[in-house]
Amino acid sequence: MLLSLVLLLPLLGGAAIAVGWRHPSVAWVAVATNAVVLALGVAAAVRVVGSGPLTGMSGLLRGDALSVFMVVVIGVISLLASWFGIRTMALDLAAGRSTPGRSTGYGVLVQAFVAAMLLAVLAANVAVMWMAVEATTVVTTFLVGHRRTKGSLEASWKYIVICSVGIALAFFGTVLVYLASLHAGGHSADALDWTSLMANARNFDPSVMRLAFALLVLGYGTKVGLAPMHSWLPDAHSQAPAPISALMSGVLLTVAFYAILRFKAVADLTLGVSFSRALLVTVALLSLAVAASLLLTQRDYKRMLAYHSIEHMGLIALGAAAGIPLAIAAVLLHILGHGIAKSVLFLTSGEIMAAEGTTEIDGVRALVARRPALGGVFGIGLLALLGMPPFSLFTSELIMVRAEFEVGLGWAAVVAVVAMVTIFIAVAGHARHMLLGPSTTEDTPPAPPRWVSVPLVSALVCCGLIGVLAWPLSGLLEAAAHVVTK
Amino acid sequence: MTGSPYAAALTLAVGSVLVCAITVLWVTSTRSVIRVVAIQGVALGLVAMILGIHLRDAGLIGAATVVLLVKGAAIPLLLGKASGTGTVHSRESRPIVNVPASLVASVFLIVLAFAAFRDVARFVGTTAGALVPVGVATLLIGFFALATRQRPLFQMAGLLMVDNGTALVAFLCTAGVPFLVEVGVSLDVLLGVTVLMVLTMRLRTEFGDVDLDELRELHD
Repeated sequence: MLLSLVLLLPLLGGAAIAVGWRHPSVAWVAVATNAVVLALGVAAAVRVVGSGPLTGMSGLLRGDALSVFMVVVIGVISLLASWFGIRTMALDLAAGRSTPGRSTGYGVLVQAFVAAMLLAVLAANVAVMWMAVEATTVVTTFLVGHRRTKGSLEASWKYIVICSVGIALAFFGTVLVYLASLHAGGHSADALDWTSLMANARNFDPSVMRLAFALLVLGYGTKVGLAPMHSWLPDAHSQAPAPISALMSGVLLTVAFYAILRFKAVADLTLGVSFSRALLVTVALLSLAVAASLLLTQRDYKRMLAYHSIEHMGLIALGAAAGIPLAIAAVLLHILGHGIAKSVLFLTSGEIMAAEGTTEIDGVRALVARRPALGGVFGIGLLALLGMPPFSLFTSELIMVRAEFEVGLGWAAVVAVVAMVTIFIAVAGHARHMLLGPSTTEDTPPAPPRWVSVPLVSALVCCGLIGVLAWPLSGLLEAAAHVVTK
Repeated sequence: MTGSPYAAALTLAVGSVLVCAITVLWVTSTRSVIRVVAIQGVALGLVAMILGIHLRDAGLIGAATVVLLVKGAAIPLLLGKASGTGTVHSRESRPIVNVPASLVASVFLIVLAFAAFRDVARFVGTTAGALVPVGVATLLIGFFALATRQRPLFQMAGLLMVDNGTALVAFLCTAGVPFLVEVGVSLDVLLGVTVLMVLTMRLRTEFGDVDLDELRELHD
């Protein structure tokens, strides 16, 4: 019941927006439904930690600790993004970049996008999960191309072509898992159910499973933005409207990674940890290297944020490679922290772009002096993202590095830290250009209205609080980590 | 393959899927590429139909009908609409790899597919299972077409080959994943193609007839 409600609410919100589009305040319906989704996610988390997994829709949905943790992450980010979407659409309408009809379409699609992500993390069957991830691709293509400029259409073309190939490979991998499951005595009706996969995984054929897991990492890894399948990511994230960039970077990438985590648990039972570890360490280090080298010479601040996502996905993959419960808990904490910090930054960058009229790093100067509110939030968000204490990314990165040493992947952790330091220097250099320096002009432009800046600041405060006091989350994180480490 | 009519029919249908994939590399006009996509869709549907009849599996026959309708009829119709009335530029005039070299490459891809999936074919152990590498070869050739063709329509055709190859493997390996999944997958593909079609139309209305090669705005 609880899970069905979580899934249906965003769709109902979307329907309400479609029906009541003439009414100016209907966009707040999206904010309200996403807030309720977050509240229900928290309620579900409390119940799951207390009394085990929930099910819904006659077995179609299953919410264990890992699923409900992802529901909470999706709830937080979609609340932020839909709140900010009202601002973005108002700015676009005022500037003549959009029409009321297209704004409505945007609102409906965002709700469908959120619902598809929720289905992906709550599906009991990995084939249904695949369909949901595919649905997110279809929906977000339109959202990336929302502005219909040449750049955004190019980005959405690249996005759907590359991600469709990735999704096809993931389906191929899923078929091979199904084959292995059937031959190990599974019944065709439930052979792809998570519970029966975990129950039978020890009897799967290793050579089929090896091929399957490699295809799944390659396929879902394309959606995660892991190198070498990352090339769509900087384009799509920099061309999409700010709230969409926030949703895609903050949570869609990690929803795809959630799929890899699930299959890793199955593959580890069949093959032992060494196979998945080698594969994940390779893509992780490659992603870190790509991100570091391209961040050094970046000239566009939205693309800078996009490459930063590739770095963090690399870190998450490295943490997952370690595979012990401690590392998985840190990975999940990192997913939440990165989601919050990255969406705040993308939302702020949308505001900066609207104010300054450019996304070039060179085109923005002395932001802290000229626009203290924007510059301050952007600067503090960057500090959070770069892993400075007290923010939660510092905690999770520290735990991940420790876990790497614990399982004998210390060398990989050292390489990762070198990449992180390089990235820190590069990003700090870009940020200094954008943020610091004396104001050269006399004008003091109006600050963004308070209802816009308050959610951003409170999100950053949350990110800091999670880093200092892990207690509201630690039980959930621990339970979620045990779902995929057995 | 053995001489039973089932094996012969199945091999013929599976072979046609692969031949269609190679033909996509060969043709250069919009109209013929759409025709090849349609024939491949029908061949794929027939594979599922033959398997369904052989195994007396009503779900699989249902899935085959959906595949025939979606991939044999709906998608080609949509593609025809997206490509519009044949303009002067609608041929694939500048593939990154020319036609003869593409055909040679496809031979290598077929050999590669058979070498890499020999174990899986043996693992499945049925007449259908022995044909699994053909599905993989279709997928690889589709991927090759996607990477080396410049026109939106030809890239879409490549994408459909990748998808049909995957579907073919699914049918041959497992006699089709459960019916609902199969239908879901087909509908997803339909949606994907619709999205691509809308994008092509938008590209065309905003910027005239496009070569994706000319889209070079985004880079580092």
